[in-house]
Amino acid sequence: MPDFVTSLLSQLAQTLIVVVLAPVMLGWVNQCRSWLQNRSGPGLMQPYRLLSKLFHKDAVLAKNASALFRTAPYIQFGCMVLAASIVPVTQTNLAFSPAADVIALVGVFALARVFSALAAMDIGTAFGSMGARREMLIASLSEPALLMVFFTPLLIAQSTSLNTIVATLAHREFALYPSLAFAAVAFIMVLLAENARIPVDNPATHLELTMIHEAMVLEYSARHLALIEWATAVKLTTYCALGIALFVPWGVASAGDWRGLPFALGAFVVKLALAGGALAVLETVSAKMRIFRAPEFLGMAFLLAVLGMLIFLLLGA
Amino acid sequence: MALSAQLINLMAALLLLIAFAMLAQRRILSLIYLFAWQGVVLTANSIVVAYSTGQTHMYYSALLTFALKVIVLPWILHRLIRKLDVRWDVETLINIPTTMLIGIALVIFAFNLALPISQLAGTITRSTLGIAIAIVLLSFLMMITRRKAVPQVIGFLAMENGLFFAATSTTYGMPMIVELGVALDVLIGMLILGIFFFQVREAFDSLDLRHMEKLKETDR
Amino acid sequence: MSEIAFVLGLPLAGGLVLAAYGDRGGAARLNVLFNLATFVSAALLAARVVDAGPVTAYGELFFIDSFNVFLVALTAFVGFTTALFSRPYMLNEVEHGRLTSRMLRLYHSMYQLFIFTMLLVLLTNNMGILWVAMEAATLTTVLLVSLYRTPASVEAAWKYFILCGVGIAQALFGTILLYFAAEKVLGAGGNALLWTHLNAVKGDLEPTVLSLAFVFLFVGYGTKVGLVPLHNWLPDAHSEGPTPMSAVLSGLLLNVALYAVVRCKVLVDGALETHFAGNLMMGFGLLSVVVAAFFLWRQRDVKRMFAYSSVEHMGLMTFAFGMGGPVATFAGLLHMTVHSLTKSAIFFAVGHAAQKAGTQVMDEIRGLVVTNPTIGWALMLGSLAILGMPPFGVFASEFLVLTAAMQQQPWATPILLLALGVAFAAIFVRVQAMVFGDTTARRLPHPPALIPVFVHLAIVLMLGLYVPPYLADWYRQAARLIG
Repeated sequence: MPDFVTSLLSQLAQTLIVVVLAPVMLGWVNQCRSWLQNRSGPGLMQPYRLLSKLFHKDAVLAKNASALFRTAPYIQFGCMVLAASIVPVTQTNLAFSPAADVIALVGVFALARVFSALAAMDIGTAFGSMGARREMLIASLSEPALLMVFFTPLLIAQSTSLNTIVATLAHREFALYPSLAFAAVAFIMVLLAENARIPVDNPATHLELTMIHEAMVLEYSARHLALIEWATAVKLTTYCALGIALFVPWGVASAGDWRGLPFALGAFVVKLALAGGALAVLETVSAKMRIFRAPEFLGMAFLLAVLGMLIFLLLGA
Repeated sequence: MALSAQLINLMAALLLLIAFAMLAQRRILSLIYLFAWQGVVLTANSIVVAYSTGQTHMYYSALLTFALKVIVLPWILHRLIRKLDVRWDVETLINIPTTMLIGIALVIFAFNLALPISQLAGTITRSTLGIAIAIVLLSFLMMITRRKAVPQVIGFLAMENGLFFAATSTTYGMPMIVELGVALDVLIGMLILGIFFFQVREAFDSLDLRHMEKLKETDR
Repeated sequence: MSEIAFVLGLPLAGGLVLAAYGDRGGAARLNVLFNLATFVSAALLAARVVDAGPVTAYGELFFIDSFNVFLVALTAFVGFTTALFSRPYMLNEVEHGRLTSRMLRLYHSMYQLFIFTMLLVLLTNNMGILWVAMEAATLTTVLLVSLYRTPASVEAAWKYFILCGVGIAQALFGTILLYFAAEKVLGAGGNALLWTHLNAVKGDLEPTVLSLAFVFLFVGYGTKVGLVPLHNWLPDAHSEGPTPMSAVLSGLLLNVALYAVVRCKVLVDGALETHFAGNLMMGFGLLSVVVAAFFLWRQRDVKRMFAYSSVEHMGLMTFAFGMGGPVATFAGLLHMTVHSLTKSAIFFAVGHAAQKAGTQVMDEIRGLVVTNPTIGWALMLGSLAILGMPPFGVFASEFLVLTAAMQQQPWATPILLLALGVAFAAIFVRVQAMVFGDTTARRLPHPPALIPVFVHLAIVLMLGLYVPPYLADWYRQAARLIG
């Protein structure tokens, strides 16, 4: 088959896999948390049941909801699907990758976030604007940190395209790279902040004092809420996949390598499961920190990322 | 890269991280532990350099560093803070995120400063000179932004650590007699400081350095 | 070379002995005796070096040439006379209740150890050991500055420790860089830090590294010299400690630090072809002279005022050494000698005056010439000497510096003249007020030891009128070495 057809097919396959399996990832994290807290959890498929329930309901909208409010969920979902498409998961020859490089990826996440904040403020409730404000505070600090985290792999690979970066990193010899270690720690901190996990934000709370992300989606129902929840799950999976691709990329199939694909897929699933477990452990052992400490937390992430980059520039390692 | 070079790079990165952690740390006990860890990493670094380059005097240097900076000095400091009953140094001159940003700027400056000298050095550790100078500058920043006497002294000791690391990275350490002399100086300095802290506490009833800003250029 | 063993061993032994017995009655006399013995050994050492020329000893550990031998003799001499002065002074302090005998034990032993470290700085050939001894000199005096345990003295000692400590850490980095440059030419090992070897190969040392090393060494040792803007510790430390400490700190330690700077300058001048080191020294020296002269006006404490005067004179010396050339270097060396003698003499007189008046605030000291004419006239003469009044020696050296400046750096001459004039006015006005006028001073339980004051002033007077030929030769040889 012609090359671009294979790449297109594999691209579609990847997008489908990530998007469809994202709720399983969320369910897996919740399941691990339940086990750690010594209770039997809701099961891996619970997010699917939630989504199907929501899709079957009727949407209830406020009287003064504008078109923005109705389209924001679709935009968010679309952005997340795009993000999921360009992160190399099993192989590094993705057809959609010219759509966005590493830096534009940050922009894609920002786009989704902007729309969700605008939609939250659209109705005019107190919770909505409060959530939007807090979300933007976290974002304004985590975005520079995320960019800095990307700079280290970017400098190593001398390219901003995710395909090239992951291909270069996957084929380096195994060695201790302190710069990547620092960047990895910073990335984990940013992941926690961006995906509204403990210790930055509790995804299950509805207390006014502690809500950040939840406050923005209070007004949504039915299919809109379903899309937003799905987009959240896809974002988490994409972030984990990004971390895996940048910092533990071994097992990824090279471009055009058919036979490596099943192994790569298996490796990916295993790594994702481990990542989910680690996330659950992190969430269980930490307590949510007060909101005014979040800037310090993210400042630390920024610092570590910059340090990693500087160390790479100085030591070449 | 050879394993020894990787290890040296890793330890240099750890030292830099510890220096930043000292900047952000508020509990004085944690500062002492961080200082002890810095000593451990320095010792490990000396041993790796000694093993990979065959410079046997580095083994003695590593032993001296371990004895002084991991055991004796932290022990003296620990006893001091227990007797003086200081635990926290909550107020700093500038808040912690700003301190971190200034720290990053200092690191960049240090790397630039070290570049011409690193190119002239003939050691395997020459690229770590920038990190050594960065540690010195960060410790200096820590000394400036602290309000209590004990963290200022720990910053001073960390500066000496940075200088020692600089010596290791450019010239495989100083001649043994000089290293012994420096170690002796540091030890005596700590002992004298120990006595001195009690005098400070006696005169001012606290170890807060703001009490010690009364003598001015033109007032008296 | 047994003289070196005595010169170094005697103070060290004295420190240990006095650490055990320093609080007994005869401790002060023991202190004086140790210093006398050190001075005699130093004089013998000087005689030998004057005859034989530069010499290294004990496997090149020590190096004595005409530059440091006269400083060794000067240090030992002023140490001796200060010990003479300190005996009745400290006894008076104990009588007034400001000191206990335990403090005296610390004082006496640390005094001897301090002399030891200073002599070690002067005699050692190894730049690393020089650093170690310089730091040790600071450490031995920290506790002495805070001897009175008042809040002000504790603050002064803290500033002294921290500022000098940070400064000397810079000097350590400079020494590391120096070793780095030396290692390439001389090979690794202890010999690469020996000054004699470095002096021999200074043309081959890497210029960029040496200039960077000199910057750090200058900042580091310059802090101990008291150059502006690193001088903040000096007025406090020199005024809060007991007066014998002020005398040795001002008179001796500053000289020793300047010696270290000049030794480094000789190496750097050989490695660089430019006048980089000299320019740096001139700039900071000039800055110190000007800033100190203007700060002199605002002082109300007599010892602080004379401490700023020390800053000014050290700045002048740094400027002279920075200019280079035979006349300026000769003037710098002569000034080192006379300043040391005069400043310590002033501090002796001031110490007793302050003891009589019970305070160091100048507005409250009056009419010294009425109660105790010797102290009054000693202070008057000493101040005139330090202000550069002929026929005292300070006039000769300052005149030489100005002449050299007019020839080599004419733009600096008006600045220097202005600063010296400002200082003259400030000090003269204050001292005149202190010496003349009505008084309410008390009698001192122990008669003051004023012989040291007059001995110093006599020597300075003699040096102003007539520099003995061997001394002049000495200075010329040293000037040639410094270049």
